[in-house]
Amino acid sequence: MLTRETTLNIALAAALLAVPLLALAMDEIFIITLATKVAILALAGVGLNIALGIGGLVSLGHAAFFGIGGYAMGILAAHAQNYEPILEAPFLIEGTNQMPIIWLVAIVASALAALVIGALSLRTSGVYFIMITLAFGQMLYYFAISWSAYGGEDGQSIWVRNEFPGLNTLDPIQFFLIAYVILCVVLVFSARLARSPFGLALAAARQSEERVMTVGLTPFHLRLVAFVISGAITGLAGALYADLNRFVSPTMLSWHTSGEIMVFVIIGGVGRLFGPVVGAAVFILLEHILGGFSEYWQIFLGLLLLLMVLFARGGLIGAIAGREVAHD
Amino acid sequence: MTDMTPVLKVEGISKSFGALKASDNVSLDLRPGEIHALIGPNGAGKSTLIKQISGSLKPDSGRIEVLGRDVTDLDTVARARLGLGRTFQISSLAMEFTVLQNVVLGALGARGRAFSFLRNVMKDKALLEPAQRALERVGLQDEAQRRTADLSHGQRRQLEVAVALTLQPKLFLMDEPMAGLGASGSKALTGFLDELRHEAPILLVEHDMDAVFALADRISVLVYGAVIATGTADEIRANAEVRRAYLGEEDAA
Repeated sequence: MLTRETTLNIALAAALLAVPLLALAMDEIFIITLATKVAILALAGVGLNIALGIGGLVSLGHAAFFGIGGYAMGILAAHAQNYEPILEAPFLIEGTNQMPIIWLVAIVASALAALVIGALSLRTSGVYFIMITLAFGQMLYYFAISWSAYGGEDGQSIWVRNEFPGLNTLDPIQFFLIAYVILCVVLVFSARLARSPFGLALAAARQSEERVMTVGLTPFHLRLVAFVISGAITGLAGALYADLNRFVSPTMLSWHTSGEIMVFVIIGGVGRLFGPVVGAAVFILLEHILGGFSEYWQIFLGLLLLLMVLFARGGLIGAIAGREVAHD
Repeated sequence: MTDMTPVLKVEGISKSFGALKASDNVSLDLRPGEIHALIGPNGAGKSTLIKQISGSLKPDSGRIEVLGRDVTDLDTVARARLGLGRTFQISSLAMEFTVLQNVVLGALGARGRAFSFLRNVMKDKALLEPAQRALERVGLQDEAQRRTADLSHGQRRQLEVAVALTLQPKLFLMDEPMAGLGASGSKALTGFLDELRHEAPILLVEHDMDAVFALADRISVLVYGAVIATGTADEIRANAEVRRAYLGEEDAA
């Protein structure tokens, strides 16, 4: 027996695959690009949802990981396209245009950043945690602006999208499928994590820190590991996003980006597996439907967000599938 | 006679909040197989004392030993790992979890390895079996799938005890486990604790005087942060100072 939410999730995953395939049949390439954007932004949200949804960690600094992933792509690809090694001495490090290597670097770099930022920020909680993660994000943002080697404020462009063995990544549907498969793999991982011993302990730490300590587990350790996993996933999304646009700029690191990723999660449903997918899809849809009428379309986004927070605590997923049922 | 070294030894701990002496040179111990009750009027410093023993509050001076080991500088997590099983006066359960999930969390804590990311924790027999056994022992087996927030206050107290059981502690620290239980629930729990003391001794903070005098091998009376008497139920009943400071107050009321 599938729960209502699981049925809904399967339908959503199918819809996200069906839309670009239909668009392909109708030769609507732009829609494929939009769907790719949804898949990648959803991935960033799935990352945040592990920290925010399961762990209750309100991070307003996830743009840091998104941007680090973006710059991992930008730096590696820029050096590859210019045939300039990143480092010659003491040992040679060359750029690359191979996506799997770029992804790996993005994951490792953002995980390390999350380890450092998390180790410092997780000593605080509540509003202080929000502020300190925000501060770390903004530090990286201003650093990127002043980093002239990679375009500074103007950002770094890539001429050709990076390569994936056996695929033509310049073909929109093939690049979409890459992003989609990664999203699905991470969603499966995220679903299993939520039900794992670690997920149970992390969710308990969100509800009662004292309870977790009383059974002999350390909330700080649980949260730090969650923050690192969360940051690594958002970093991977950043690398894909930069590759989609063939461009990375400090904007990816700005706190607006952190806010947007959080908005995906809240609109879709905090702690709900497919919450970020729904949230990212609604965001992109509103941007392109309402954005056509008015450049102030975010007023409507704000209204939707307000309605969600006031009336549907489980976001859109919660409004459709009802209150979360405890897993067995 | 088996080894009678105390499982818990509190030696002269003091704790002040400004001018208020919440703990005033408190010494007490807990011996194998006993229930040692801690009583005292409201504001006597029972909660402060419990917090210092469990590790969430650091005493200004004095020392605390668990199984002969100095734990004064250890935190709550380390003391839990050494075998201190605590239940709370104000329930600290994970309210969104099912009853079963709360006890599984206890079993997971007892196993000590929470960094497993892919296996379904609620299908792990090694965790489910002790968890279900603990629920059966407190009589909550029929509530296993209910949301913890939907339990009555009394049932939450029982669940607190069940979680503590999954830890297989060397001693229990129970803060008012009877509160919120009806007469029959209170009687059932009294019978249960009576047996439990042979598994691990219990330091019991309790307002239910019937339960305290029925259960306790020894009673310590705390007044204004200081232990004014320690002894058997009969000794405490006969103690003039206790009568004046505590029992007398109630008689007068």
